[in-house]
Amino acid sequence: MFGKFEMQFTTFTAIAAPYEPLNVDTDQIIPARFLKFSRKDGYGKFLFHDLREDPSFVLNRAPFDRAKILVANANFGCGSSREGAVYAFFDSGFRSVIAPSFGDIFHNNCLKNGIVPVRLPDEVCAQLRKELLEKPGTELTVDLESQIVNGAYPFSVDPFYREMLLKGVDEIGLTLSLVAEIEAFEKAYAEAAPWALR
Amino acid sequence: MATAQRTLFEKIWDRHVVARRGGQCLLYVDRHIVHDGSFHAFANLERRGAKLRRPAQTFGTPDHYVPTVSRSPADAATPEIRRMIETFSKNVERHGIPAVQLDDERQGIVHIVGPEQGITLPGLVLVCGDSHTSTHGALGALAFGIGQSENEHVLATQTLWQAPQKTLRILVEGQRPQGVSAKDVILAIIAKIGVGGAARHVIEYAGAAIRAMSIEERLTVCNMSIEAGARAGMVAPDDTTFAYLEGKPFTPRGENFEKALKYWKTLPSDPQARFDAEVALDASRLEPMVTWGTNPGHVVPITGVVPSGAPRALEYMGLEPGTKLEGLAVDRVFIGSCTNSRIEDLRAAAAVVRGRRAKVPAMVVPGSGLVKKQAEAEGLDRVFLEAGFEWRHAGCSMCVGMNGDLGRPQQRIASTSNRNFEGRQGKGARTHLMSPAMAAAAAIYGRLTDVRKV
Repeated sequence: MFGKFEMQFTTFTAIAAPYEPLNVDTDQIIPARFLKFSRKDGYGKFLFHDLREDPSFVLNRAPFDRAKILVANANFGCGSSREGAVYAFFDSGFRSVIAPSFGDIFHNNCLKNGIVPVRLPDEVCAQLRKELLEKPGTELTVDLESQIVNGAYPFSVDPFYREMLLKGVDEIGLTLSLVAEIEAFEKAYAEAAPWALR
Repeated sequence: MATAQRTLFEKIWDRHVVARRGGQCLLYVDRHIVHDGSFHAFANLERRGAKLRRPAQTFGTPDHYVPTVSRSPADAATPEIRRMIETFSKNVERHGIPAVQLDDERQGIVHIVGPEQGITLPGLVLVCGDSHTSTHGALGALAFGIGQSENEHVLATQTLWQAPQKTLRILVEGQRPQGVSAKDVILAIIAKIGVGGAARHVIEYAGAAIRAMSIEERLTVCNMSIEAGARAGMVAPDDTTFAYLEGKPFTPRGENFEKALKYWKTLPSDPQARFDAEVALDASRLEPMVTWGTNPGHVVPITGVVPSGAPRALEYMGLEPGTKLEGLAVDRVFIGSCTNSRIEDLRAAAAVVRGRRAKVPAMVVPGSGLVKKQAEAEGLDRVFLEAGFEWRHAGCSMCVGMNGDLGRPQQRIASTSNRNFEGRQGKGARTHLMSPAMAAAAAIYGRLTDVRKV
């Protein structure tokens, strides 16, 4: 259903939408009342749900209503750990969010769900947002293989997750292949800190 | 041979590394707490056909969706919400996870129950699918919130891939003046460094004002580390910590306690340990704080005024620049949440309320069944009830509103919770964050009130 293959990411080109606010928290990305629903029915309809009630919200306006990349501002996705925020992006067809910085938990949740969080310098993000407003419908290309946006703006993703996303590797499967190491750790740890293991 | 000088965080991290790949470490997880919002992780685990690696190191309690009017899932606000509580029960039973269910007096908010039961111990790595897991760092643990893919990973492997974080030491020296609480300290810290100020860092809180704090006060401070962007906040374990932990149900006993204690005493940061960043604050200059906007960094002393420069936040909050916070009329009051629902919080609120009447609707939601029981033993429930407050059962309640305890549009709420985000306490609801004593004073006067004058 949400196989790791679907989360594989090499390069992605799509219309990008600019979103200016600082410190966008995950309560804005998906209000808490939608978190109880099964993923089976899709989380796409919840993306920015309450903000979208305003017809002038960027993702309601053509051509940004077809955007699948968001260029946001600093500390994007701060606050709650709700992974539903990332499901909402993925199920809407988004595969990348570009921002100067991200909330740490949101950032990790992206990497585990086929969304590439691209950190670019503040001034580059500001410039991109300006260009997207001036030329609505502009497409951006996020190339994870070469770690560059539009062939012009280099970024870096941790090599572990880059590899994982490029190949569509299942992270839990990979960790389970290290079970001997986990067992060895637990054995030594049980001697040193018997109170820690149960 | 000179040993490398390490921080508290580095000592715990180093001890838990199982393997390394790229920039990531495979970190061993000692304690994993699950709640009624963790259902995606269980659904995915079952789809994969994987089993729990260490059920006994996992612990569950329902909190996000539980009704606070009774202890029966039948009183859930909607059938969907009821299903969340029932799904939680099925998941922990099916996987053999030690858990306290809704009808157990030990049930409560995960971040209240963990420390209360001694599940949280110094030197451990503890995770939970909730960003306020930073709370548990108050006991000298490395504790942080995770997403549900990470929950699933921990359930299956008892480990997590994590990149090492940078370290930030926040030194709070001096003595807090009368009327200034731990909540005011952390709000003042967020005011100083900003809501993204500690991103990609683990905070260690240190200095005389932190040392002087009780464990419950340290829990309040560490709880809101995430509101400054830090996944984890910590306080070095000391005699206050050890005294708090001894005899708790999950705390090691006898020989194991002595052995653990010996190790715990080695955990504090070495004197020459280097932090990536440092910030200092003088507690003696602090005042009671209150938020005016839509993130916890939008905060000023109660003696302050609403600033200009955040038009969107002010429009949402229905405020004009220059308005005095003191005297601002509120519509209701919420005392609760993983930030401020422990017994000391309820005592502080009750001390303000005693013998008075609330002017606006107000509710108290204790953090756990045991906190509720203790409060009732001290007669605090009577103090609140006689003042016209509602006295509820434990849960996350109006901090996040997932159980249906919600404010209405434009309702102005004085709240002891941790987030004043748009819509957090209900669509259009306007949240002002503050300490329990300040919230109690707001209930009594129907206005934001400087608790030092009460």
